[in-house]
Amino acid sequence: MTVTEDAPVGEIATLNVTIRIKRMNPEGTPARAPGESYWEEFHVEAHATDRVLDALHTIKWQEDGSLTFRRSCAHGVCGSDAMRINAKNRLACKALLKDLNPSRPITVEPIAGLPVVKDLVVDMEPFFASYREIMPFLVTTGHAPTRERLQSPEDRAKFDDTTKCILCAACTTACPVFWTDGQYFGPQAIVGAHRFIFDSRDEGQWDRLEILNDKAGVWKCRTAFNCTEACPRGIEVTKAISEVKRALTTGEF
Amino acid sequence: MSPGHMLYRGREGMWMWVVHRVTGVAIFFFLLIHVLDTSLVRVSPEAYNEIIASYKTPLYGLIEAGLVAAISLHAFNGLRIIAVDRSAWALRHQRMLVWIVWGIFALLMAGFLPRHLMHVFGGA
Repeated sequence: MTVTEDAPVGEIATLNVTIRIKRMNPEGTPARAPGESYWEEFHVEAHATDRVLDALHTIKWQEDGSLTFRRSCAHGVCGSDAMRINAKNRLACKALLKDLNPSRPITVEPIAGLPVVKDLVVDMEPFFASYREIMPFLVTTGHAPTRERLQSPEDRAKFDDTTKCILCAACTTACPVFWTDGQYFGPQAIVGAHRFIFDSRDEGQWDRLEILNDKAGVWKCRTAFNCTEACPRGIEVTKAISEVKRALTTGEF
Repeated sequence: MSPGHMLYRGREGMWMWVVHRVTGVAIFFFLLIHVLDTSLVRVSPEAYNEIIASYKTPLYGLIEAGLVAAISLHAFNGLRIIAVDRSAWALRHQRMLVWIVWGIFALLMAGFLPRHLMHVFGGA
């Protein structure tokens, strides 16, 4: 194995990045009124392999402990750290600094359309309320079978894409319709409904379709595709919404 | 939007949603004015003639060009939206379809604008 002189084995290159964070403290700070939102810049030395989340950790642990954000698993599974990074919704734990043009300041804002609680933390309750409304659980009639409910691989494939959702809200808060109309169920709730509507074992399709046939339902979708592009799981969100629309117009699943 | 709010960096789909909105509202106001000026003929034919004559000024000629632009964009993007809602192929190629819409639009305007502007400014 050849070893170059300037980059010894195991050493990771570092890069200096500027992180611009949209901050808000509901209690105010000595310099800021309660609830005032403002931008603050931090300079961080990071590894070339670091993600935005690592930079936020560095800031919180070494520079300003008051910086507030959500994260849990830090590996793109729990869906806690959706943020607007360089004006696009992404998971901070899946956005590599080196992919974000680190020569310019990287902006980090809370996701839009939900009330900001503090800094990058938003109140997710309206988002979860929409999800609960579409009944995200198996609905059946009659007696529970004594064995598992069987399903063909073809039937399973119909809703495979929408099972990947981690409820991070990146799609819903990327939606221009949701920004202006908080009544809209939003892409995520429709994805959640799609997962059961197209499940051959489920019998609650028409209850869910009726909910989504509402004026705040699927017909509010204007196919801007922001949701599909924002989804960190690669779900074709707009396609799922279109399939629900088609189920409503044709009655076919 | 709150102060210091940054725009969302959406792609073609989001911008076509904006274009569709803006042209839709513009066409609505045109139709509103159009219904009003046409109904004026029942009230006073002289006033109607006066209004219609003012439409032949260069200013209205330019607004007219804008109207044709708005309607052609709205029409072809409308077809794109219908396609996206009906076919999985169109849904997956919606970004390419955006550029096809702009292509058709550019073609139509290239045919229409020279003739129209000659008419408005040259009296041809």
